[in-house]
Amino acid sequence: MSGMFSYRAWEKVWIYRNTFSLGLLNTVKTSVLGILLALVIGLILGLMATSGNKLLKTIARVYVEIIQNTPVLLQCCFLYYYLAFSGHSMGIIATGVVALGIYTGAYMAEVFRAGIEAIPKGQGEAAHSQGFNYFETMYLVILPQTIKIILPPMVNQVVNLIKNTSCLYIIGGADLISLTYSFVTGENTGGAYAPAYIISGLLFFIICFPLSKFASTWESYLKKKEQRVNTAVKEA
Amino acid sequence: MIKLKHVNKNFGDLQVLKDVNLEVKEGEKLVIIGPSGSGKSTTVRCMNFLEEPSSGQVFINGGEITSKNKTKIVKDNMSMVFQQFNLYPHLTVLRNLTLAPMKLQHKSKAEAEELAYKYLDVVGLRDKANVYPTTLSGGQQQRIAIARALCSQTKIILFDEPTSALDPETIQEVLDVMIKLAKENITMVVVTHEMGFARQVADRIVFMADGQIIEEGDPEHFFNNPESERVKQFLGKIIRK
Repeated sequence: MSGMFSYRAWEKVWIYRNTFSLGLLNTVKTSVLGILLALVIGLILGLMATSGNKLLKTIARVYVEIIQNTPVLLQCCFLYYYLAFSGHSMGIIATGVVALGIYTGAYMAEVFRAGIEAIPKGQGEAAHSQGFNYFETMYLVILPQTIKIILPPMVNQVVNLIKNTSCLYIIGGADLISLTYSFVTGENTGGAYAPAYIISGLLFFIICFPLSKFASTWESYLKKKEQRVNTAVKEA
Repeated sequence: MIKLKHVNKNFGDLQVLKDVNLEVKEGEKLVIIGPSGSGKSTTVRCMNFLEEPSSGQVFINGGEITSKNKTKIVKDNMSMVFQQFNLYPHLTVLRNLTLAPMKLQHKSKAEAEELAYKYLDVVGLRDKANVYPTTLSGGQQQRIAIARALCSQTKIILFDEPTSALDPETIQEVLDVMIKLAKENITMVVVTHEMGFARQVADRIVFMADGQIIEEGDPEHFFNNPESERVKQFLGKIIRK
């Protein structure tokens, strides 16, 4: 195959387009489930970290530090081989979902913690003075107020998780990066690496860019909405 | 209605309440005064367990309040008005007022809104029902906070320096609402520096200093013949001739 940007190289990618769409599908599937798991883990740990209970705080802190200070690749392998050798293997995608959920959960925990800590103490006191219990206070009063603050860093973590699906490659995954790699190193398809990686990168960009854009747009929309209400009231 | 028995409270090495004993009768208007740092706010915050006493007991309506039952006791018996208003900024005024009635007292939306408008009329802010609290002046926010406390329809309302964070020109509108409330059979415990209000409304005044109750009595006694030197000094400083 001559020339990395040759017509034939692009044609090759087109012929194997199903490989790329399968990879994309697996990456999206892993990401969506991983994000849900990360949100659950992050919320629970974030609540533990802000609870005022020393034991719960310590558990949350230890989790966050261990996960944030070891490579996600290591965690992914550890989980995969642990499950494999203990006879509980649950498939590559499921392993990826759990590994990425655990990893991103540590970052989500910090996002939730920072968001909750940014809400003035008086808000929780007002809710308690009305007779709301801890969970009602969080659900009705504190967490809704954190959305504006936590949305942008949260979407950053979502974008990171989507990109981190690439670590499924090490456990033999069928995600976009893994399939792209198989394609460029394949016997028949080798050499078309430039168009393959460009297409693969483009697919990632097409998913991640709108997410980042959406987050920043939503944030400014919420801010503007508040301003509109303020000016409307002042004019009235 | 409210009873504090041998209540002590420490923050680290600092003892902010020293053996406080206090009883508030049903319908009574109790005003707590004293210099800053005397433990007035902590006393009131121990009543609804925003602060848990380091030792001693607090009884509400005959039952002892503990960290386990505090949510229920607070829900059934009392509400609070704070120095910093603490309205929920993500909700409109109306939703601020209907939140507890709907979620805690399980009223329907229509019932809760009817209640909310009733108390918005009491504080004279019916036209602000659909705005967000941050768009209101401090005095208006505090009147909304009072309406929110009224919406829980509890027998006790605690006021923790309700006018201390207000601009001077909006203090009176809040005091007027509180004077209006004082005519109802609500048990009011008010921490304040407003001596005019205390004189006009209080059934009994408690003076605190250094975490202790120094003197208590009716306003007549208090402003005309206080016994303790501390009270005389304090009144001399705070009441401008």
